[in-house]
Amino acid sequence: MSSLPTPPVSVEQAAPDGSALRLVQILLPFVVLAAGIVVWDLVVRINNIPPYVLPGPGAVFGTLVGDWPVLSQSLLTTLVTTLEGFVAAAVGGIALALLFNQSKWLEYSLFPYAVILQVTPVIAIAPLLLIYLPQRTAVIACAWIVGFFPVLSNTTLGLNSVDRNLAGLFQLYGASRLQTLAYLKLPSALPFILGGLRIAGGLSLIGAVVAEIAAGSAGAGSGLAYRIAESGYRLNIPRMFAALLLLSAAGIVIYGLLALTSHLVLRRWHESALGKEN
Amino acid sequence: MAEPAALSEADPRMAGLAVSLRGVTKLFDNGVMALGPLDLDVAKGEFVSLLGPSGCGKSTALRLIAGLSAPTSGTVGVSHRSGEMRTADSIGFVFQEPTLMPWTSVRENVRLPLKIAHAPKAEANARVGEALKQVGLTEFADAYPRELSGGMKMRVSLARALVTDPDILLMDEPFAALDEITRFRLNNDLLSLWRNLRKTVIFVTHSVFESVYLSQRVVVMTARPGRLSAEIRIDAQEPRGEEFRTSADYAAYCREVSNALAPSYSRQGSG
Repeated sequence: MSSLPTPPVSVEQAAPDGSALRLVQILLPFVVLAAGIVVWDLVVRINNIPPYVLPGPGAVFGTLVGDWPVLSQSLLTTLVTTLEGFVAAAVGGIALALLFNQSKWLEYSLFPYAVILQVTPVIAIAPLLLIYLPQRTAVIACAWIVGFFPVLSNTTLGLNSVDRNLAGLFQLYGASRLQTLAYLKLPSALPFILGGLRIAGGLSLIGAVVAEIAAGSAGAGSGLAYRIAESGYRLNIPRMFAALLLLSAAGIVIYGLLALTSHLVLRRWHESALGKEN
Repeated sequence: MAEPAALSEADPRMAGLAVSLRGVTKLFDNGVMALGPLDLDVAKGEFVSLLGPSGCGKSTALRLIAGLSAPTSGTVGVSHRSGEMRTADSIGFVFQEPTLMPWTSVRENVRLPLKIAHAPKAEANARVGEALKQVGLTEFADAYPRELSGGMKMRVSLARALVTDPDILLMDEPFAALDEITRFRLNNDLLSLWRNLRKTVIFVTHSVFESVYLSQRVVVMTARPGRLSAEIRIDAQEPRGEEFRTSADYAAYCREVSNALAPSYSRQGSG
């Protein structure tokens, strides 16, 4: 992707062409991953570390496969919560930004509270939410709280970044508020909104995990974070690692999907999605 | 935003005039006196250039005529086609930047004024096609602005201004950022459009050569606050072309306009 930093080419290096450099860029993280797994395995084997202290990569992978029925159910639960929180954050953030953009009074009255909600650690709010809301709703609310602020602030920034002359043009032709919003402000803000959504995706997962850990309830509908906590109590360390691995993978997939969406939407016109040559 | 004090066609003060400014001043919010008092009459079908140093209020005058900002005092009269109420249909505006929407095609950019006015689709399509033909961009209708050169973007901007078939075309240093060859070509194209369409054009520029080449009348303005300092009629044989640009008459007019402009700059320098 064009946004990745290009490693500096040293003078000694025979300047590789662009595609070779790209290949190296993609391959290097995997090489590091493989090396890390080998070192991890060696450390466990050589020091004879028991699996309830530090399981080797083989044991973790084995658990991942063996416990798949339980883990996949939990993964699904967590993903559904994350998705619900994310959608709520996206809709709430964009809608609130649109309201703020239409009414300065509303913005002045409410924006400080959005900031307060954002800066108060969600882990501290979660137990309270669990008292007042049904558990499922509370978990989604946590995912929403951490996710909506980046959407709100980015959308607000985008709506305020409209080209002044274009705004003048809309005024000259007598555009209504709704027309200005639909034809000018929203398209101008789109790159900013997509950037906000990209951040919100990862944060929604974090919010869901935090709330699950705070809720800590058992049952078939329990998410991955609950599995981690539960496995910790039972000293089932390989399963902790396996669940962690799944959470991490889920985060990467969420980010990747949102980045891809953003790229596809913007590729025809926005600087961020254009090749370097243009 | 206050509408300009619109004078109707029937008003005797507007007889034969497209635009009439009377004692217009503009005081910015930061206390800077940007303009005036300025009196300016522009006849229907006339090509007038406003020439002056940077920051002399030329663009401000244009924005006042367009109704994009309201004068602090004085009246701004803009003639209307009979039966039409809004100024929007009778004024086209070309900014210094192309000011295109980067997220959509050339065709949709040109269509924008019609879309805002809820024009019927078939009619809008025909008018967009016509406007693109006038500026020679028919093949580029589906291109995105970023795929065009600076000169072509400016043509799109011009097509968008023409698509509503306005009576008055306001142009705010539209070719200032272009290279000289492109600028000369666009100057010629603009002149032939003006000859064919007979619109009133008010053209803001800080180039003496451009103003003499294009206009029937050059209005020289003083440094801030912008006032009228001199008016020079350019009586050249029509149609103008490259031979006018290289003629002795052209050089003489340029000298005259430069001399008229000089005091504006020396005053600005000492102030």
